[in-house]
Amino acid sequence: MSATEGPPTYKWEMVIDLDRCTGCQACVVACHAENNVRNSSEQECADGRAISWIRIERYVEGTYPNTRVRFVPVLCQHCGNAPCEPVCPVYASYHTPDGLNAQVYNRCIGVRYCGNNCPYTARQFNWFDPQWDAPLEEQLNPDVTVRMNGIMEKCTFCVQRIRRAKEQATRQGRPVQDGEVIPACVQSCPTSALVFGNRHDPESRVSKLAASERRFHLLESLGVEPSVTYLKRLP
Amino acid sequence: MTQDAGAGEFERINCELLAPMESFGAGYLALVIVLACIAALGAGAWAFQVETGIGQTNLHPPIFWASYIASFVFWIGVSHSGTFISGVLRLTKAEWRRPVTRMSELMTIISVGIAALFVFYHLGRVWRWYYLLPYPNQRGIWPNFRSPLLWDATAIFTYATASTIYLYLPLIPDFALARDRFRGRRKWIYGLLSLGWRGSQSQWEMLQTAIRIITPLIVMVMISVHSIVGWDFGMSIVPGWHTSIIAPYFVVGAVHSGLGMVVIAMFVVRKAYGLQTYIRLEHFDKLGKLIVVTTLTLAYLYFAELLTTWYGKFPDEESVMYSMLTGRFSPVWWAMIMMIYVVPLVTLTIPRFRQWPVGIMIVGVFINIGMYTERMLILVPPLAHPRLSYNWSAYSPSIIEVILMAASLAFAVLLYVLAAKFVPMISIWEEKEGRSRA
Repeated sequence: MSATEGPPTYKWEMVIDLDRCTGCQACVVACHAENNVRNSSEQECADGRAISWIRIERYVEGTYPNTRVRFVPVLCQHCGNAPCEPVCPVYASYHTPDGLNAQVYNRCIGVRYCGNNCPYTARQFNWFDPQWDAPLEEQLNPDVTVRMNGIMEKCTFCVQRIRRAKEQATRQGRPVQDGEVIPACVQSCPTSALVFGNRHDPESRVSKLAASERRFHLLESLGVEPSVTYLKRLP
Repeated sequence: MTQDAGAGEFERINCELLAPMESFGAGYLALVIVLACIAALGAGAWAFQVETGIGQTNLHPPIFWASYIASFVFWIGVSHSGTFISGVLRLTKAEWRRPVTRMSELMTIISVGIAALFVFYHLGRVWRWYYLLPYPNQRGIWPNFRSPLLWDATAIFTYATASTIYLYLPLIPDFALARDRFRGRRKWIYGLLSLGWRGSQSQWEMLQTAIRIITPLIVMVMISVHSIVGWDFGMSIVPGWHTSIIAPYFVVGAVHSGLGMVVIAMFVVRKAYGLQTYIRLEHFDKLGKLIVVTTLTLAYLYFAELLTTWYGKFPDEESVMYSMLTGRFSPVWWAMIMMIYVVPLVTLTIPRFRQWPVGIMIVGVFINIGMYTERMLILVPPLAHPRLSYNWSAYSPSIIEVILMAASLAFAVLLYVLAAKFVPMISIWEEKEGRSRA
């Protein structure tokens, strides 16, 4: 953190080490539980409408029988230069000062242009009102709104946890410490493939990892400045 | 021609062109009822979709737009017929335009209205549509004018307003004529609408000046409107959409389908009301030539785009292109090529064919089916092939989408059929003006 006066600044970023990812989907389940992501029926999955804020993309390399499966967890990349933001006619897709690409649910009218313009297909749409299989509706997170039908939703980097940590730090008159904000997917990753933190803090784990020689961004040539840095898988 | 003979001929024109507004046959009534039933079915389908959710469509990530937006683009395209036929031909002082201006201007405002309906079908939370309006509110949030969708809403509103005025101005003398002819409630309505038209020299001069001013303006609005609809796609970064040729391509494509639609309307109106003396073979011939021009221009633009994509060899754009040329969308794509390029070129370049109204009407139907397909192909293949190939997907319209597409067509025809009883389908004073000059 810089020594200058004034409130501390944050730029929330994530590092995903593909060498550590085993494709176990724990992050997906944790995200569903934390963020009240709806259950999808079998039919909805067949229709391609299963909603996940983070998904594990599988790519098969090589030709049979010498094949290898590669896993790439993909979530909203919280682009610094986000293609979804300028196209929204009602400012529902909004860039927060700390670098999050926020979605204002109350404002969204469902034109879905942002969904088309997201090169990562990270944005998810509520085609119907949400539903949970019993008893899962008993464990909805009270810190997170339930989204109605007709609106876009997507990964927020667990903004509710970020806000809580910031409020607590502000009350105690100190900046947020590294490791104080842990999104649900990061928390549940058994191999610690996901790391989250403040890129404005040069001492944070995420800053150090993002300087790795193995770093790359997904679809980097588009110049959308994603906030998720991937670390290349070792051969 | 002596003064008396001229007056006699004008009287005959008045009678013949006002006659369709006075008769209501059983066939007409049956047609209205059938169309109204189909339109009502569409209203029911839409209510069901609003009640349960936009999931009644077959959309799913990454294909967030499909049939509704395709229909929207198609109907905006049809709306260009009126402005093009009557605006451009008025500007170029083409005498043969006279009998076809009114029916194409009517088509313009009806199809703009139908296109606007599809915006509402498309919204996820249609009950919040007014967020698109720049109205003052306590939160101080305005719509986002950086979004092409806002440009779009503005352009459509401008076009709808301008084309209503453009339809209305030349109608004033005809409304006055109807006011003098009809009795009862109709006389009162036409009296209001004719704005106290007496046909004085100064009124005529004012009308001519107004038309002279609005005609070039509306042609400019027409070009800008469809450019902006094209920019809804061109401004995005979707492979296959992000191209600078998309705006001119959309404008020419719109005129192409619009001309096809005018030919159909001309044929039907001529047949239904026996207006063979007004809508002559000359008109089919001239419109046929115009369609050849739009076919060639459109084909050139399409070729330019494909060549650029093919030579550039960007993998993301190539996957979209090859899915249409040789891949899973190729049967539809080649059918589209047949319907909008090959059929009009092969038929309408034959002078004898252009003298055959039924044939030209059928070509018009082909062009419009083809252009509808083309709008779907602009939307679906690019969206179905996002850059991360894990997300590639497929799409076909759901039953609700099909009902809404069909019902909107029926609604458009219904409005047209009803309008035929309310306004003269051929501009009476312009027709007389043309005769007096001949």
